[in-house]
Amino acid sequence: MKEKLTKITITVIMFIIGLVFLMPFLWMLSASLKSEIEVFAYPIQWIPNEWRWDNYAQVWSGDFPLYYWNSIKVTLATTFISVTVSTMAAYGFSKIQFTGRNIIFLLVLATFMIPAQAILVPQFMLYMYLDLFDTHLGLILLNSFSVLGTFMLRQFFVGIHDDYIASAKIDGAGQFTIFRKVAVPLVLPAISTYAILRFIWTWNDYQGPLIFLRSDHLSTIQVGIARFTSMSGEIYSLIMAGTMSAILPLLIIFFIGQKYVLEGIALGGVKG
Amino acid sequence: MELRKENNENYVQPSQSPEPEEPPKKKKRSMKMQTKETWAGYLFISPMVIGTTVLVIIPILMAIIVSFTDWVFIQGIGEMSFVGLDNYQRLLSDDIFLRSVRNNAWLIAAVPVTMFFSLILAIIINKHVYMKSFFKIVYFLPYISSIVAIAIVFQLLFHPSYGPINEVLMTIGIENPPRWLADSSWALVSVIIITIWTSIGFNLIIYLAALQNISLELYEAADMDGANIFKKFRHITVPLVSPTTFFLLITGIVYSFKSFELIVVLTSGGPGYSTSVIVYYLYEQAFEYLRSGYSSAISIVLLLMLFIITAIQWYGQKKWVNY
Repeated sequence: MKEKLTKITITVIMFIIGLVFLMPFLWMLSASLKSEIEVFAYPIQWIPNEWRWDNYAQVWSGDFPLYYWNSIKVTLATTFISVTVSTMAAYGFSKIQFTGRNIIFLLVLATFMIPAQAILVPQFMLYMYLDLFDTHLGLILLNSFSVLGTFMLRQFFVGIHDDYIASAKIDGAGQFTIFRKVAVPLVLPAISTYAILRFIWTWNDYQGPLIFLRSDHLSTIQVGIARFTSMSGEIYSLIMAGTMSAILPLLIIFFIGQKYVLEGIALGGVKG
Repeated sequence: MELRKENNENYVQPSQSPEPEEPPKKKKRSMKMQTKETWAGYLFISPMVIGTTVLVIIPILMAIIVSFTDWVFIQGIGEMSFVGLDNYQRLLSDDIFLRSVRNNAWLIAAVPVTMFFSLILAIIINKHVYMKSFFKIVYFLPYISSIVAIAIVFQLLFHPSYGPINEVLMTIGIENPPRWLADSSWALVSVIIITIWTSIGFNLIIYLAALQNISLELYEAADMDGANIFKKFRHITVPLVSPTTFFLLITGIVYSFKSFELIVVLTSGGPGYSTSVIVYYLYEQAFEYLRSGYSSAISIVLLLMLFIITAIQWYGQKKWVNY
């Protein structure tokens, strides 16, 4: 009984700490529904006097739908390509025997250490030369070859017993059939985890579109809200409605897939 | 018996060693199969390997070459001329670069702080609360949110005159609260606070996984010996999660060098370069001043620093980690 009481007390305390921890989000949500005068009113009025849904309508009447659409396109394409490329590579690096496999794997793995910013200049030169600068294709390719994804999925493929694959081989199946019919279904939960993470990371990517896109009509939502913030002349309620709109899809996806995401992070220790 | 064996070979236990009969034919077939395997292997890894080569490995080689030139981006490639180690020499006396390196060191110092908070929270969430998964989600939320959105919100929260943080500080009696992002001696502190806030979730989830692997019996035995909560923390929890601690330290330090987006949106390295870090300075030199040669030299120095840190860490691992 005493133990139970302690546990309840600690839960309540943790709940309060959690609320403080989430304060920036709650503040964002609350400010996005207020009139401009109320935003900085003190003491903080968490529930707006008058709900200004109009803030959202105003933000969305501008270029937001276009930025959103660009983000959806780029994110879905990147996620699809990256998951395919990483799953294939992970399978090759774990379940097929061939000369030079480990050396190549180590080489690919070593590139993980390199901060993306360190190679921005040469990448920029390369993109100019290949006509990929200021295109969605270029932006998509930029995030499509993930060392982390390959590494994480490889961990899961290593966990599959070789017998499954050998038995399919005896049945006369080629590597591609084995990959599709045997290996991929076995690691499907891991693939979903990586797909969700890749979606989140790509949606949040700011550096890529900042440097490799120039035209306004190609901008993604992250560049869009940063630009909106600097141009809207400090109308904070609108800015908060904008940022809220930018993170909302992620929150939804995270709540739906949170089990996959948290388990995947715990198992693979992956970090964007 | 005969039948079962055949069955096994075909379906159930394919990894069983090949039949001893007809060895020559088998060998020939397996060699042919090996070549086929090799090709299949290359085929599977080729998209990843080609992508990494074109987008990462070739650019690194290019950066090395450009770092020895005085190239300015708007000039054609023909204008590029080699200046030897000039760029590197200039870096050593570039105050802003050195300041950026120092700022990076402060971000590294924040890594153990984050890990400490995360471990404490993980221990509490692991055993001492109801609604465990609810708390996991709460602390993980900042990690999945866009840095741009986070930076914009904190600009308002930290607003020196009417931001809620200072309003609260003034209410509790602090008359001259810091001016946070507007003050060059507080801006980096603000960046560090936000960084800790966003990375607690990741560290926490990993620590939780590690804690779940510690056997309860160890704590029960300690209880019987009359060990208090701090003794248990010091002598059971800390040593048993040390591989995780080490992993988080490596990734944390490597990631501290990658904090770019937060700084671009939040402070643009200011005020007065007080929040500039190596990658931010590199970006500014490359894309605002178009000094490609100089910024490439910064890239290479950064890579060398990361390489050295990784090497030290791998060496240190043998000393500090109990497996």
